Amino acid sequence: MNDTQKLIVENIPNLRRYAKALIRDNEKADDLVQDCLVRAIGRLHLWEPGSNMRTWLFSILHNLHVNAARRQNSQPDNTALEAVHETVNVMQPDQDKGLMIRDVDRALNHLPDEHREVLLLVGLEQLSYAETAEVLDIPIGTVMSRLNRGRIRLRVILDTTGTSHLRRVK
Amino acid sequence: MSASNTITQDDLHAYVDGYLAPNDVERVEAWLAENPEDAASIHAYQLQNSKIGQTFNQMLDEDIPNEMLEIVTAKKEKPATNSIPWLRLAASIVLLLVGGMSGWMLNEKTGSNAQRDQVAFVDQAVGAHHVFVSEVRHPVEVPASQEAHLVKWLSKRVGTQLSVPDLQDGGFQLVGGRLLADASLPAAQFMYEDNTGRRLTLYVRSSDEEVDTSFRFVKDDGATAFYWIDNKFAYAMVAPMDRSTLLPIANKVYQILSGQ
Repeated sequence: MNDTQKLIVENIPNLRRYAKALIRDNEKADDLVQDCLVRAIGRLHLWEPGSNMRTWLFSILHNLHVNAARRQNSQPDNTALEAVHETVNVMQPDQDKGLMIRDVDRALNHLPDEHREVLLLVGLEQLSYAETAEVLDIPIGTVMSRLNRGRIRLRVILDTTGTSHLRRVK
Repeated sequence: MSASNTITQDDLHAYVDGYLAPNDVERVEAWLAENPEDAASIHAYQLQNSKIGQTFNQMLDEDIPNEMLEIVTAKKEKPATNSIPWLRLAASIVLLLVGGMSGWMLNEKTGSNAQRDQVAFVDQAVGAHHVFVSEVRHPVEVPASQEAHLVKWLSKRVGTQLSVPDLQDGGFQLVGGRLLADASLPAAQFMYEDNTGRRLTLYVRSSDEEVDTSFRFVKDDGATAFYWIDNKFAYAMVAPMDRSTLLPIANKVYQILSGQ
């Protein structure tokens, strides 16, 4: 394996994690990552040595995701929000971690794709705002406004489901 | 960050994400001490980040699938796998056998997405194979002694007139068959056995989305499968043998089933 290949492989766990968090279907997420790798290898001559491999790969993944989402015309299912509200009544204050995990996962799913992407790139993948802007090909001001709106919205959803009472583990 | 004393939303997010310079951190913290609403937001956003991390971090520990590594390390001039001499021989035998049948190829399962979509059912077939060939007392629902009933029943459920290929030339006798659920679709599994107890299975289900495909090969721990899609039905032949051994059997099955 040469250095460039190593650089790509180093990013695979993050690409997979991000794709899984983004589309919530492990199999489709891995398909997306595979497609991303195929495309990256096919266009490796376009990658400038020394430039940011991580943002390059994530931007390829993002573009493939957008194309696939457009093809399937799949929008996040906001109608299920009522179902989330209903769970408030059955939840105990002392929720276990598994329940919390499903909640964050599910709460994220109620955000529009463009908010979820920013929240995950910043909060999960810890890309800088500038890197996030590069990946999504949007101005940094748009990153900040999506981040703000996404976080406000996620807070409302999580508060509604009662998970904000969970103790903080850090 | 500006030198102004005004704290913006952007400053608050940058504080949450740890992108502020030490001076600015102090400035924001002073602001938060006096603005409980913003402090509550900050706390909520920090909690979001930590929950997101807890939820998805373990995914980083998963092994990278070989398929992905192969994509990255594949050499462009890599010779086709079927240039291995014995396989080339096998492939030419196939070509002789299929004669006029067009569109036949012998392919390896690759990482390509289109192929993965087409072979979703193969995983089911291989899984069902492993589950039932190891069954000692009840390997089948309906035994071969009731072959006519078996074929009629499974044909009706799967939705096409099935015929059970005779594989005695290859040393395999029909054991029987069973009905399975492949997602929401009914699927038929026929099982054969040779005199050494080796079992192979033939798996059939309807396929509404796939177009006809070539005859493909996949190897999964301990089992080999040949599979194809023909006229809206998906077929897989699974056996615990190498592909050169299974090829003539699978080829015969293909001819019988697609010749209907």
